[in-house]
Amino acid sequence: MRLVLIFPIGALFGLGIVISGMGNPAKVVNFFDIAGTWDPSLIFVMGGALAVTLVGYRVAVPRERPLFDSSFHLPIAKKVDRRLILGATTFGVGWGIAGFCPGGALPVLGAFDASVWLFTGALIAGILVARLGPGLLARRASA
Amino acid sequence: METDFTPWASLAGGAMIGLAAVLLMVVAGRVMGATGILAGALLPTSRDDGAWRWVMIAGMVTAPALYLLATGGWPEITVPVSTPMLLVGGFLVGIGVTFGGGCTSGHGVCGIARFSVRSIVATGVFMVACFATVYVVRHVVGV
Repeated sequence: MRLVLIFPIGALFGLGIVISGMGNPAKVVNFFDIAGTWDPSLIFVMGGALAVTLVGYRVAVPRERPLFDSSFHLPIAKKVDRRLILGATTFGVGWGIAGFCPGGALPVLGAFDASVWLFTGALIAGILVARLGPGLLARRASA
Repeated sequence: METDFTPWASLAGGAMIGLAAVLLMVVAGRVMGATGILAGALLPTSRDDGAWRWVMIAGMVTAPALYLLATGGWPEITVPVSTPMLLVGGFLVGIGVTFGGGCTSGHGVCGIARFSVRSIVATGVFMVACFATVYVVRHVVGV
């Protein structure tokens, strides 16, 4: 049941990305290009998404547990540390260079544009290196 | 390259993204972060944990086809940068979202809506880094 419901939720997210323009790197980069070809559209994406989520999380989400799971799965980290700041900075630099963020790219994989698949391949490589790299280095150092 | 200012489409798309985030929390008790969903699909902690993430991604990638059915055209995807820059950007995004613990959808929408201090800080940091990067790339280096 849970999986049956998650599929259309994914489609709704994807459609939101496509309609809003987040799936088009030219629009994303233009939002950040205030000194050049500025397109303020993305502030409306953020505004629309936050307005619905801020209210929806408080009004619609049940208190005890989600409808189709035994408990909530929420991030538990609280600390603002160097890892968070450096990671967010690196993400911002990459986002500005490529124009795609993960949420923007995944839905438009379905448009079969080669550039989206190339970006996603590089994104996956980055995720795997960051997740598995430190462990591999530590194992080599201790071997 | 100029893009059209699309406040209404962006607002509507943003609201759909927000609605998807609320529904995923109501149904499955999960934060709708594209980064976490993708990373967890690649390196799942259990079979059940991987399953819902792949279903979510499968739902997402149907969006361009749904858009085609509704409007008669594929969504516009214009990549304003060279392929090497797209790959470098994608790799940096992958590294950054892993250490930063999230991206635009996870921190910027769900995290802010949960009043997470980490998410509010991360969103501010990656937006500033992105503005700075686009300025340098377009107006200092002049790519």
